[in-house]
Amino acid sequence: MPEPPHRRRAHTRTRDLERYAGLFAERTRVMRSSAMRDLMAVTARPEVISLAGGLPDTSTFPPQSFAAQMTRIAQESAAEALQYGPTEGFEETKDCILQVMGAEGMLPEPEDIIVTTGGQQAIDLICKTLVDPGDVVVCEAPTYPGAVPVFCSYQADVVQIECDADGMRVEELEGVLERLAAEGRRPKFVYSVPSFQNPAGVTMSFERRRRLVELARQHELLVVEDNPYGLLRYSGDPLPPLYQLDGGDFVVYIGTFSKILSPGIRLGWMVAPPPVMEKVVLGKQASDLCTSTLTQYFVREYFAEGRWREYIESLVEIYRGRRDTMLESLRGHFPAQATWTEPEGGLFIWATLPQYIDTGDLLAKALREDVAFVPGQAAYVDGRGRNSMRLNFSGVNEGEIREGIRRIGKVISEQVELYGALTGEHPVTPPPHEETEDTNVLPFRKAEGGA
Amino acid sequence: MKVAILKGGRSLERGVSLRSGARVEEALGRLGHEAIPLDAGPDLVKELIAAAPDVAFVAMHGPGGEDGTAQELLEILGVPFTGPGVAACTRCMDKVLAKHELVAAGVPTPDWFAFNETAFREMGAADALGGMEERLGFPLVVKPSRGGSALGVKFAASWFEVPEALISAFSYDDRVLLERFIEGRELAVSVLGSEPLPIVEAIPAGGDRYDFEARYEIGRTRFECPAELSDAEVAAVTDTALAAYDALGCAGFSRVDLILGEDGAQVLEVNAIPGLTDTSLLPQAAEAAGMSFEDLVERILDLALNPAAA
Repeated sequence: MPEPPHRRRAHTRTRDLERYAGLFAERTRVMRSSAMRDLMAVTARPEVISLAGGLPDTSTFPPQSFAAQMTRIAQESAAEALQYGPTEGFEETKDCILQVMGAEGMLPEPEDIIVTTGGQQAIDLICKTLVDPGDVVVCEAPTYPGAVPVFCSYQADVVQIECDADGMRVEELEGVLERLAAEGRRPKFVYSVPSFQNPAGVTMSFERRRRLVELARQHELLVVEDNPYGLLRYSGDPLPPLYQLDGGDFVVYIGTFSKILSPGIRLGWMVAPPPVMEKVVLGKQASDLCTSTLTQYFVREYFAEGRWREYIESLVEIYRGRRDTMLESLRGHFPAQATWTEPEGGLFIWATLPQYIDTGDLLAKALREDVAFVPGQAAYVDGRGRNSMRLNFSGVNEGEIREGIRRIGKVISEQVELYGALTGEHPVTPPPHEETEDTNVLPFRKAEGGA
Repeated sequence: MKVAILKGGRSLERGVSLRSGARVEEALGRLGHEAIPLDAGPDLVKELIAAAPDVAFVAMHGPGGEDGTAQELLEILGVPFTGPGVAACTRCMDKVLAKHELVAAGVPTPDWFAFNETAFREMGAADALGGMEERLGFPLVVKPSRGGSALGVKFAASWFEVPEALISAFSYDDRVLLERFIEGRELAVSVLGSEPLPIVEAIPAGGDRYDFEARYEIGRTRFECPAELSDAEVAAVTDTALAAYDALGCAGFSRVDLILGEDGAQVLEVNAIPGLTDTSLLPQAAEAAGMSFEDLVERILDLALNPAAA
């Protein structure tokens, strides 16, 4: 058969741009690209040490085990694994989810669970189900940078509550709820990553968890608990998830296999009360009919081997070392004007610099030194966070962490020194090489400008 | 014809350059040329020698590709290339250098002060900032000298905002300029060979500034081409743009950005290799002149191979 002629897309002309711009939905106005996204094109260069990603290390997953599982699927369940599956996900996948949640003391009903295409889809689905344009969504400040575009694309009015070393300041939430009530408004939900928060790395204290759940009951408010890192704890005592404290009446729970197995399989889940779940299922049907059956089969096989907890333990060992290396490097290389969080788990450290340093611009300077981070502004809806940055310690090895932090420390110190020369106000303070009574654990300066 | 497209590179405008390059590649394919896309990296020279192109289309923006570096290599290799030569690129890339050349040639450009980092770090330049308010006034614009796409450009509304803006600008370059802010209309005149194309006006939506996002995000900025100007204004703006183009020694093509304020048109900068993306101004101006993107690319190649044809 002759090959069909290769047809090239007609060239975009100015009037096409105007035509497309005229077709765009209202919500695309708030879906913004950014200069930062373009700078990220530069971070893809192989010589760049990127502390910008949120990548788990998948290099230690045994390839033989992967091969054996996929072979078994091909030999024993090829037809089913290649077929559509139920929108809610397979029962067998839910069994695996129950094991993971059980490891943190949660026992949901299988029919309250829906398997999603990553935790990200769960965030999208809960917004799709609950949020009309202009509705209030409450989240942490800073919040998960990946949730910001979701909230924005549903045109939510996002209210961010400051965090400190003990997570979201729940007492501030009370004030916000009162203020909203006075305006006759009520948030559709409160979104929180209580454990080892992305991006701040902080963990909500037990007291605040209890208070948040109480508030939810009092105000009949939904709390969306996003818990991707719960099992990745490197120090300190485990805390009960909000879902466990609440029993699942007012807490919608989001989990994922991304950080404990693989983000490439795109498997996450949501647990929600039945009336919410009913709508979520319809929403998912409209989005993608069902989550990949092939990767659900993979998870089933992987859990059947019974070594999933061992694998997580091996990850915990690796990540603990990397976290400690990053903290040690921060103490050695960041100037005294910087502060940072000391996470007990998860993948991220949040560093805050003097107010006169815009980390979006600093990234340009850092990239000249072949190192990258995420500027803090990505974690806010209102342009705050300009002097903060998110640093990932899970995706690169300890040598790269040391070198990466050294380079970032160098560019920060240069800017601090320059500011001193400009204003005569801030003499350069060299990094405290000796471990002193740690003044760096207080991660957050007071909310700036009364925001 | 065998055409190498130089794109990407290490500059912060890598993403923009990749889009410009891809669009040129498509056009070259439609024109029946053999396009050889090259992402400028450590093997660029080797790749160029192996490809032995008839001509190189330089679609790089920012330091490395737009400052004469890539052009110098192409000269050494004896490969004809599109756009201005080494000296013009060097002058255009460095806004401070360009402004000195413009002033020398009598081309209006907003008043400015320039400083490099060493001046602040080692020579107490902070003490010289005092005279600035009187000469430039507020608000003023702080820019890295070598940068593009408005990256690192900040506005300082008062004296207190200057140090922070300087710190940001110094993140992009070790030389920055403080420039008088001119209220006015954002205009761009693209020049092809020696011919000015219709003037484009960029009108950011909702009173935004014409920043990086406004430049490249579809729907963020409305472009009027040809801009609504009186005949006298068109003549004055075009003359000023051509004078700037000549003063900096541009050839092939370039884009002159101006601001049209109360005191007439003033040149903000000249882009040696202007963007060629979907939202860029040169392709829009060419279109308004009745040229398709393919016509534009073909004409740019002609000018590279027969500079006398300008």
